[in-house]
Amino acid sequence: MSGAAQSYASEPAATNAGARIETWLWIAQRASAAVLALCVLVHLITIIYAVRHGLTGAAILARTRGNGVGLGFYALYVLAIAVHAPIGLRSLCQEWLGWRRASLDWFVGGLALALFAFGLRAGWAVFSS
Amino acid sequence: MDLLQVSVWRGAASGGYRDYEVPRQESQSVLDVVTYIQRSIDPTLSYRFACRVGMCGACAMTVNGVARWTCRTHVTKVAQDNAIQIAPLANLPVVKDLVTDMREFFDKWARARGRFAPGATRKEPFARVASNSPERVAANAGIECIGCGVCYASCDVVSWNQDYLGPAALNRAWTLVNDVRDTAQRERLAAVAGDAGCHACHTHLACSERCPKQIEPTASIAGLKRAVAIAALKGEL
Repeated sequence: MSGAAQSYASEPAATNAGARIETWLWIAQRASAAVLALCVLVHLITIIYAVRHGLTGAAILARTRGNGVGLGFYALYVLAIAVHAPIGLRSLCQEWLGWRRASLDWFVGGLALALFAFGLRAGWAVFSS
Repeated sequence: MDLLQVSVWRGAASGGYRDYEVPRQESQSVLDVVTYIQRSIDPTLSYRFACRVGMCGACAMTVNGVARWTCRTHVTKVAQDNAIQIAPLANLPVVKDLVTDMREFFDKWARARGRFAPGATRKEPFARVASNSPERVAANAGIECIGCGVCYASCDVVSWNQDYLGPAALNRAWTLVNDVRDTAQRERLAAVAGDAGCHACHTHLACSERCPKQIEPTASIAGLKRAVAIAALKGEL
């Protein structure tokens, strides 16, 4: 069994750590996409319901205030966005801008935190107002 | 005599198109046209071919903007207003005229661990692989690749990311991932994961559309994504 990797010395290998990170990012983006597919559907149906029934801002707030299920749903939605969007943007920056340095990971990491924080803040606002 | 207007790339990375007039023949292939130019008009034209019957993959060029085997492309199929344009394969350095440097293309096969890593010795019996086993069926789907580079020249992701291993190397890796005798699976999955590997594929399907052997590298790359993800989830990457 030792014949496996012996003859590859001259070939530059992808580091296992790099391969692992990229693979987990891919898994995270696919998993968050599956969550988003459901969340976006629920979100759109809610919007259409609210518009077609002519609900006022006050009427909507009356329903969201203290609604734990609503807060939980939007927390999940925001989390999925915070995971999904920065990973996709990272790929775009790599391919279109040629930005492949560590600074890109800090940038998209910061973006993920900002999306999560601002999204949760909005969810909390309609829950607690 | 009916003449075909042929515009051929001359030079290397910098250069330009030169126009030639080639007599039309019945059942004339694009390779016949290039050969006529080289033998009867301009002997300084460089191009590459070997078998002339679609077995070797050496004569791949860009014909009217599309990567093709010139030996298996009839002029009648591609000529527009009795004219064709012939250029070297895209995404590869041009050595001269229609000849590209294929080193990087094949180096990437090696980088993708595209080499069989045997585990058994000659003392052991032959491995028995059922022809209808899922692994053998998956390997069969990609194994007829002859390395012509048409998919690589057609791939958008290669043009964006010079490090991307490309459809052919990843397809080769997938056939070996499905080789139950191979002993370098872990190293191979690590080699094909990531930004330069299978995860960079955008599923544009240009490789599958253009492959003269009707192989679907896109499906092979999707298989690699699954295999790599499963390995990561098992902690084996």
